Amino acid sequence: MHITVRFFAAHREATGQPTLALELPEGTSAATAFQRVCSRFPALKQAAAGVAFAVNQAHTSGEHVLHAGDELAFLPPMSGG
Amino acid sequence: MKRFELTPLPLDEGAIVASVQAPGAGAVVSFAGRVRDHARGRQVVRLEYDAYPEMAERVFAQIAAEAKEKFAVVDIAVHHRSGELLVGDLSVVVAVAAAHRGSAFDACRYVIDNLKLRAPIWKKEHGPDGAVWVDERP
Repeated sequence: MHITVRFFAAHREATGQPTLALELPEGTSAATAFQRVCSRFPALKQAAAGVAFAVNQAHTSGEHVLHAGDELAFLPPMSGG
Repeated sequence: MKRFELTPLPLDEGAIVASVQAPGAGAVVSFAGRVRDHARGRQVVRLEYDAYPEMAERVFAQIAAEAKEKFAVVDIAVHHRSGELLVGDLSVVVAVAAAHRGSAFDACRYVIDNLKLRAPIWKKEHGPDGAVWVDERP
């Protein structure tokens, strides 16, 4: 299945890109997708501490099972305000 | 004016506060966040905000809905900057209108505290000795 990944802040700098088109097996979780992307971008692994997940613009857990067409965002520790 | 907005344009605090006034609201409480010239013992010259804009506005609306349910609040507006900000610039304005002051203060505090924890927004502090993405995890 095909999903879109979005990177922000330190993650965007680590990967050098804001988005990534990713092909994954059915049933892949958000956390497993993150590990896969980390193996492609070693710099992301170094910036990975405290990562949180959002699917289709809503906070969710790493166990969230992805579906075709999902927008998966990896969120570094947030610091708004 | 939009109730919930992430914008690259300067924030108009007066207009945001005025936007939540209503006949049944005897109390309006607002919080304004400005860029500080220091953080964690380092000098700060400017901030750079990155954000997930579509999700940020949804999270603002969700936090405001929670605050309305928890406290007797009539109206809430949340506006946050993106892009480059200098020391003294407004980064965030929260405005809350309620019948009475107690619930307005409580709801305003709830909204800004939860925004900091849950809104997909990130700041990078630029100072004389470099730049760092802020990580305030305990």
